[in-house]
Amino acid sequence: MTLLLAAGVHKRFGAVVAAADITIAIAAGERVSLIGSNGAGKTTFVNMITGYLKPDAGRIAFDGRDVTPLDPRAVTRLGVARSFQIPQLYGDLSVLDNMLVANACHDQRLSFWLPAHRSDAVERAERLLERFRLAEHRARRVAELPGGVRKLLDIAMALTGAPKLLLLDEPTSGVSAQEKFPMMDTIMTALGHEAMTVLFVEHDMDIVERYASRVVAFYAGRIVADGTPEEALATDDVRRYVTGELLAG
Amino acid sequence: MNAVVTILIDGLTYASWLFIVAVGLTLVFGVLKILNIAHGSFYALGAYAAASFVGWAATLKWAPGFSIVAMLLAAVAVAAVMAPLTERGLLRFFYGRDEVLLVLVTYAMFLILEDVTKLVWGTNPYFVSEPYGLFGNLHVGVQTWVGYDFALVALAVVVGGAVWWGLNRTRQGKITLAVIHSAEIASSMGVNVSRVYMAAFSIGIFLAALGGAFTAPMISVQPGVSVGVIVVSFAVVIIGGLGSIEGAAVGALIVGLARSLAVHVAPVAELFSIYIVMAVVLMFRPEGLFQRTQARKI
Amino acid sequence: MSASTEDLAIGTAAAGPPVPPAVRRAPGRAGMLALALGAFAVLAAAGWVFPRWLTFLLTMAAANGLVSLGIVGLMRGGVVPFGQGMVFAAGGYAAALLYNKLGVTDAVGLTLAGGVAALLVAAPFAPLLSRYRGIFFAMLTLALSMVTYGLLMKLDTLGGSDGFNVGRPTLFGQKLPDDRVGYILYLLTTAVATLAAVAMRIAFDSTRGLVTLAVRENELRVEYLGGSVRRAMAMNFVIAAFCGGLGGALVVLSLGHIEPNFSYWTTSGEFVFVAILAGWQSVAAVFVASTVLEIVRSFSSAYFPNTWQLALGLFLLFVIRFLPRGIGSLWTKRAGH
Repeated sequence: MTLLLAAGVHKRFGAVVAAADITIAIAAGERVSLIGSNGAGKTTFVNMITGYLKPDAGRIAFDGRDVTPLDPRAVTRLGVARSFQIPQLYGDLSVLDNMLVANACHDQRLSFWLPAHRSDAVERAERLLERFRLAEHRARRVAELPGGVRKLLDIAMALTGAPKLLLLDEPTSGVSAQEKFPMMDTIMTALGHEAMTVLFVEHDMDIVERYASRVVAFYAGRIVADGTPEEALATDDVRRYVTGELLAG
Repeated sequence: MNAVVTILIDGLTYASWLFIVAVGLTLVFGVLKILNIAHGSFYALGAYAAASFVGWAATLKWAPGFSIVAMLLAAVAVAAVMAPLTERGLLRFFYGRDEVLLVLVTYAMFLILEDVTKLVWGTNPYFVSEPYGLFGNLHVGVQTWVGYDFALVALAVVVGGAVWWGLNRTRQGKITLAVIHSAEIASSMGVNVSRVYMAAFSIGIFLAALGGAFTAPMISVQPGVSVGVIVVSFAVVIIGGLGSIEGAAVGALIVGLARSLAVHVAPVAELFSIYIVMAVVLMFRPEGLFQRTQARKI
Repeated sequence: MSASTEDLAIGTAAAGPPVPPAVRRAPGRAGMLALALGAFAVLAAAGWVFPRWLTFLLTMAAANGLVSLGIVGLMRGGVVPFGQGMVFAAGGYAAALLYNKLGVTDAVGLTLAGGVAALLVAAPFAPLLSRYRGIFFAMLTLALSMVTYGLLMKLDTLGGSDGFNVGRPTLFGQKLPDDRVGYILYLLTTAVATLAAVAMRIAFDSTRGLVTLAVRENELRVEYLGGSVRRAMAMNFVIAAFCGGLGGALVVLSLGHIEPNFSYWTTSGEFVFVAILAGWQSVAAVFVASTVLEIVRSFSSAYFPNTWQLALGLFLLFVIRFLPRGIGSLWTKRAGH
């Protein structure tokens, strides 16, 4: 069943075409990797799904609903969550408190009476932290944490709302080579607990091959390949414009 | 018809005073990104210094015309003493910090200077009224205007012109414009940003003190003079746009006319007409009429 | 009043010092309530023996502290209001007008009316103000309070520039005897302050309170997590208004006089001063800071005239430079906040 549908999406910034007639359907449960060189339009696409940017033309539908005109908050409440390339965290607060913030923001029962630290909220947060192997850090101040931990926390926070669609923006960027696979293992294992649809923007082809069930390649705002990792990574366009195996021109 | 002329002239004279006072404030914000609450204190210091200097000029038996020179010297003296003291001695420790934090630092400066002024000059009012009669009187229709008020208009024009020319036509001015645009980039291009800050702040204080010095003959110089000036200059600067000289001029004109209109037509609105305009501008065009800064708004 | 109770040290095998949670857990509430009651009992007893000038000073400190308490709530969200004089005056004038024009004399009723009036005055501006930050938020609140000041100065029906006097209130139908008026108003003010302090502490530790802290650090993420930044800011503004109105009414009851100066920017500045001095960790710190202000004001007026603003200014610089989290950070362990 189609969870996310983009139809004829266009977006330009002045002379730069960030999205040209993007049409794509993503089914529930898929693990899709978006690849492409910098400026190809991957992040713009993600931003349009979340409502941070509005397309110039075309529509985006999520779970049957038209989300094109909605703002990030509304889109989040419908079941879309995203993580950030540069983790967007609350540096002055502890890891647990960051999770509790995510919990509180998602909660329908927000109030001035309900304690932020009540046991059910804390338990939920700690369970999620454990799935991401972050439980030992729960009392530490986030600003003092190493990059890999911050990235995992960023994703754990996004998961707090039990989203149907998770958008990961370069989850392994800035992470050292030997940490990438363990980190993706942790993430994918954590996600494996629920049938979740994941879109992840990624530059590392090893990661893409290992964790994606489907690869969508962008170039100059267009989709130039869409298929299994083996298929997509073998197409000429991808080899020319993304992985650089074939010299362009 | 007469009423219209009265309102316009009143508005113009008040606007001139406002401009002289506000232009220093907007300059300091433009360059140093500091909204200086103590700006009004420097205005008061200028007024008090003028009272003293004019008094000394009188005891030295100077000709009355030279009291203008005395007032000018008073403004220079205030800037010469206070600028290094406050900029080097205090403000530079807080550069780059949150803009509201800097406002609080200048608020502390204001509090300190309030009492320092009282300790130096006492709490009794000073009257420096002799220079007020220097320019005689003007008769327009049935109204009589004091020539001094028009001299203030001339001073405002001179000040505005000088600041504009200084910024746009001199080398140092263009360097200052670069710093206004981006201190970081200017610094990486070899500009001594510290010195530009110091210079801009000194000029800002000088202009505040100048406003105070030349206004002294029109008021009774006493504690509390700074307090009203601060909010009014904030209003002018917000309306015109923080950091914009043209904005300060237009803002001053708008506020001057609004107040003049209120005084003559709807006295109940006299005091808050200024702040209504300020609030309306903030609600609909917060960066002011001549945008230099982006309003922080989501 | 409220206090920082046991800090929860959740240090497991973490490298690096464990950080107490930003907000406290529910079990701490019973302890906090007990402490608040205890503090009130101590203050009540102390007030019985204190000389009249001291109970009056503490009454003013508590009432003014309420306004600063509201400001602290806003500061936790990252904005500093420079115009709380508006809600302070709204509460005061509401109480004064109800007393003089409608014959309402009950002190508790007047206090609550003050809070509600301020809330009603501020509420229409809350959605607008919730979109502003930094200097522009400060300036807009300033402008609104100065408009209020201008109106109050010119409206003779509201007393004009002189304001007007307010007589002695009653309490639950009872007239207050001459020799005990000051003490009873002190008790009322301290009680309201204690209740407000407890309520704010609960609010700060609540889910909305935590979201407020998050807004201060990263608004974008709050929206991406599904939270509403504007609603948080608007609510904090309205709450601050209610506190300010309570404070305004209580001041008028003890002072016996109201005037437009309540809405002047220098009055607003003093409330901000107390909030900065206090910081936003400990609610008790707000009232301690307010008391410090009153003491400095009284003593320097008496012994070193024309120095109390100098003292305040130096104090403020000291706090900004060396105690950026306010005096509350002296007795609250360095938590998230």
